[in-house]
Amino acid sequence: MKYDAQDCKLVFSQKLTQTIYDFRLQNKELAAITKPGQFVQVLVPGKTLRRPISVCDVEGDIIRLVFEVRGEGTEILSQTRTGDSINIIAPLGKGFELDKNKKTVFIGGGIGVPPMLYSAKQCGENAAVINGFRNKSAIILSEDFEKAGCSLIITTDDGSFGIHGFVTQPLEEIIDSADMICACGPTPMLRNISKLAKEHNVPCQVSLEQRMACGIGACLGCAVAINDGNGGTVYKHVCKDGPVFSGEEVAW
Amino acid sequence: MADLSVNIAGVHFNNPIIAASGTIGFGREYGEFYPLSVFGGISCKGTTLKERPGNPPPRIAETPMGMLNAVGLQNPGVEHFIKEDLPWLKRQDTVAIANVAGSTCEDYCKTVEILSETDIDMIELNISCPNVKEGGVQFGTSCESVAAITKAVRACCKKPLIIKLSPNVSDIASIAKAAESEGADAVSLINTLTGMRIDINTRRPIIANITGGMSGPAVFPVAVRMVWQVKNAVSIPVIGMGGITTWKDAVEMIMAGADAIQIGTALFTDPYSPVKIAEGLDKFLDSRGMKSVTELTHTVITE
Repeated sequence: MKYDAQDCKLVFSQKLTQTIYDFRLQNKELAAITKPGQFVQVLVPGKTLRRPISVCDVEGDIIRLVFEVRGEGTEILSQTRTGDSINIIAPLGKGFELDKNKKTVFIGGGIGVPPMLYSAKQCGENAAVINGFRNKSAIILSEDFEKAGCSLIITTDDGSFGIHGFVTQPLEEIIDSADMICACGPTPMLRNISKLAKEHNVPCQVSLEQRMACGIGACLGCAVAINDGNGGTVYKHVCKDGPVFSGEEVAW
Repeated sequence: MADLSVNIAGVHFNNPIIAASGTIGFGREYGEFYPLSVFGGISCKGTTLKERPGNPPPRIAETPMGMLNAVGLQNPGVEHFIKEDLPWLKRQDTVAIANVAGSTCEDYCKTVEILSETDIDMIELNISCPNVKEGGVQFGTSCESVAAITKAVRACCKKPLIIKLSPNVSDIASIAKAAESEGADAVSLINTLTGMRIDINTRRPIIANITGGMSGPAVFPVAVRMVWQVKNAVSIPVIGMGGITTWKDAVEMIMAGADAIQIGTALFTDPYSPVKIAEGLDKFLDSRGMKSVTELTHTVITE
């Protein structure tokens, strides 16, 4: 796996909600080799550590990043002007293993929704998407999923749009017709989805987050406990072994 | 083109820039960015006698102009390193340095004995890791303990021996002298400064280990001061590190007294920083009419 850090021109940016931004970065070389579920390490001016951000979509020479402002770094990043350059190390990590002929349920929770778009697009009409949000004002990317031909179910925690409740509710109704589940979102959500998938004997892939430094597997910062198969656990790393893991191997 | 090569304890380095232990693993990942020969040497991930799992996550927190880490010496053990990584690293045209850690003096000695029978170029003794409960920094914080571990390891070490010093001490110069007096061939400094961050929303420390080692540009002035103090106190080579990010930082650290430098956290911000530092250093030496980087070492004017 060759790595490179390159400047990309920010060709389009849009604010999707109060805290979520949609950035389109132009880089033909990196876009051509980026796969669903992979991420990039974004250099933020004045910050020591890069920000790991999952790839939302790739179209032609455009890498699309949809990210949430969570702290100072993402706040600075959100102020980047169209036409300016952003330096990224990309593509990074092991993404989702997808088969377009398999009925796959893609589940995103909150800011876990963006990486599901490029992934679900691979499966088109075989993709059933369930996206969960806090409330109606936090909903993002619905039109993009619909344009890709995916069926889309939305849940909100407060019932202000779609199904009132968590993503696992509609999942229970369609899980037995699924060949595969792919999910990204808060840890409790991923844990519950993995449990449900195991009960119904459906393979499940989850995309995890962890505080990260190098992004390439050298510093061993972004550890995650993985079952070792002998009743114990071993630390693997989100940046290189993941971010996508089998739900069964994660020591929840 | 100035001569960037340096000689540390009889070992030839093509340039004075060494990758700092813990930031580059055993070299393979950064070797996918560029040939590892951009570094004069690679100080490998802290290696122990047996495999270690490391600390629970989170292990990383950002700080103003820096970061904390508490990886906790996760490593596959010395035998795995010798079998799986060392042969490959030896083919990369860079000096291979093993960084050795342990819980007991016996652990350190056994690991060093095993490494002494390989073709590793140098050994860096990590007596300054702040992130493990046993061993690490407890060997590095008093002159007596530094002298004792240096003496014990020296007796079984057939390779050039670097002692890596902790900055979490009151008098770094006397610690360095203690290492020198018991046969260290060089000292390297500084390891990380112990730090802590708290998430104000949860009232919990960000790092699961509670405290972590601080590195990055924020620690640079502390490192420059300590390297200068140590260089004034010892006659063995001094390898300076701590927050070096740009070629100007490298020049400054060398002026303070470093015979070679290590860079670590800067790799995370810009993987290409070693290339840029080497280019900048070369141009600076040319502009001052210096033929060799060794002419720059310890040239700070203090009177």
